[in-house]
Amino acid sequence: MLKFIFRRILLMLPVVFGIIVIIFTLMYLTPGDPALSILGENATPEQIQAIHDELGLDDPYLVRLGRYFFGVLQGDFGISYKSGRPVMDEILQRYPYTLKLTFASVLLGVIIGVTAGIISAIRQYSILDNFFTTFSLFGVSAPSFWIAMVLVLIFSVRLKLLPATGSYEFKHWILPVFTLGLQASASIMRMTRSSMLEVIRQDYIRTSKAKGQSEFITVMKHAFKNALVPIITVIGIRICGFLAGAVLVETVFAIPGLGKFIIDSVNFKDYPIVQGGVLWIGLNCIVINLIVDIIYCFVDPRIKSLYALKKTKKQKVTSITAQGV
Amino acid sequence: MTIMSEITIVKNKGAIKRKKNTPMYEVWNRLKKNRMAMGGLIVLFIILLSAIFAPYIIPYDYAEQDYDAKLQLPNSEHWFGTDNFGRDIFSRIIYGGRYTLFISFTCITIAAFIGSIMGLIAAFYSRLDNIIMRIIDIFMGIPSMLMCVSIIAALGSNMWNMMIALCVTAVPEFARIMRAQVLTIKEQEFIESARSIGASNFRIIRKHIIPNSMAPIIVQYTLGAVNVILMSAALSFIGMGVQPPTPEWGLMISAGRAYLRDQWYICILPGLAIVVTSYALNLLGDGLRDALDPRLKQ
Repeated sequence: MLKFIFRRILLMLPVVFGIIVIIFTLMYLTPGDPALSILGENATPEQIQAIHDELGLDDPYLVRLGRYFFGVLQGDFGISYKSGRPVMDEILQRYPYTLKLTFASVLLGVIIGVTAGIISAIRQYSILDNFFTTFSLFGVSAPSFWIAMVLVLIFSVRLKLLPATGSYEFKHWILPVFTLGLQASASIMRMTRSSMLEVIRQDYIRTSKAKGQSEFITVMKHAFKNALVPIITVIGIRICGFLAGAVLVETVFAIPGLGKFIIDSVNFKDYPIVQGGVLWIGLNCIVINLIVDIIYCFVDPRIKSLYALKKTKKQKVTSITAQGV
Repeated sequence: MTIMSEITIVKNKGAIKRKKNTPMYEVWNRLKKNRMAMGGLIVLFIILLSAIFAPYIIPYDYAEQDYDAKLQLPNSEHWFGTDNFGRDIFSRIIYGGRYTLFISFTCITIAAFIGSIMGLIAAFYSRLDNIIMRIIDIFMGIPSMLMCVSIIAALGSNMWNMMIALCVTAVPEFARIMRAQVLTIKEQEFIESARSIGASNFRIIRKHIIPNSMAPIIVQYTLGAVNVILMSAALSFIGMGVQPPTPEWGLMISAGRAYLRDQWYICILPGLAIVVTSYALNLLGDGLRDALDPRLKQ
């Protein structure tokens, strides 16, 4: 198991390197002089040159890439052009908002989505199933910022129950979390339903029913457990999607999260922030994918045994070759 | 000569016979029975027609500003009301369909083409597999929203650059699906037999591999188009896509945000247009998946 995790981490490294190269290159290609974004339009050529020398902006591409890469390895993502503070500090200041929003909405999505998905699957083609399927298809078809505005219109403007913007108190978080939670529940419900429908037709479910097991235990212990792998995959995808895509909901509800910060930085041409922010979320997603892979092993012993099997095979091969030698 | 003509007759007979039994015909038959999917197809067709014939349908010019009639509620003259510049929202939504459909189908077609070729090459020529798939892994490692934002930041915010960004983010999924398909197909006996009678790689790919691996690509094509519609609306919403005064739906929602309190229809109705379009596409995509793979719908 440890070996598997270690191997997965090793496999991650080229991807991390690739992401750094792509993001750096994109920002390198960005038109406009960073010195001008720092100093403003009225800067003298001497001042501009001084900034160029300080940040090494005149160095060749590979030198700058190398410098950035080794900086990232040491946790140094550069300095923000706008505030002059380290990028990492700026990111960590906004990150908790995005993280809170993401995890709260995915949690809500899991609770609604999994329950609705299971009910839909065990009562296929019933009224409830039709309702949930229609609703979930709506959830994956509607843009999150539009759902957010509809909710604001209903709950803030018309009913005056909840605040439309802000992030100070619990009640400020209800609408944003509900918006994203609705979207998450839609995709989780769709996956739960189809995955459960596949499992429910298996022979061991019939056996369980035949021996008189209650429906609840049959569904939860035998069917749901075996339908979990694709559901976990969707949950992982959703978390990554929200870390990056929460920007829209953050914009509507004026939450000072990381996504909104990245977009604002693009408009300010503060590229170290864009670079650092994208890289940071990319790294987060890689770690989430790794965790999802590890969870697979705990949920499904077959996946775990696959690695164990490989290991024994390898050991056998090495012992045979050793004997041969 | 006689042998040749006999072959042509047999070939022709085969063609006549095949016409009714082609896999596509069967898929269409199965799709026809799925009422939801057909509903989606009809709605899409209507949206497509309204987009194509938009200049003849719209009652007002989509860019025409009429300050005497600004911020009007939906009424008999302006069915969906007017915005803060007095522009007719109904006309703008109908005309906006052109942009949405053009962006989504152009992007997804190009992405499907490039992605499928990459996947095909990766699977068919195993020496290139590692390189291509690692590149795909890297592109999939960056969440698509941020990938788009980075590309647009580098190239500048406009519709064409947004389309490039959307293409780039849609390619990896096609490559992955195509590769998985081709890897299973190329090990099957009929490929071996084609090779044994001397068929070239190109012929095997063209005649056997591509037709047999199209099913999931078609499904991904429709579902990917939904993604592109939602992403392009999102990017325009945050000001990184289509620029004003173009009547793009996402942009219209963004522009109407300030008037949500009293003139809700300015931003809610264009959003409804997005929902209807993606809903129809999703219905069609789900129907196609069931029709192309009957095992899924037992």
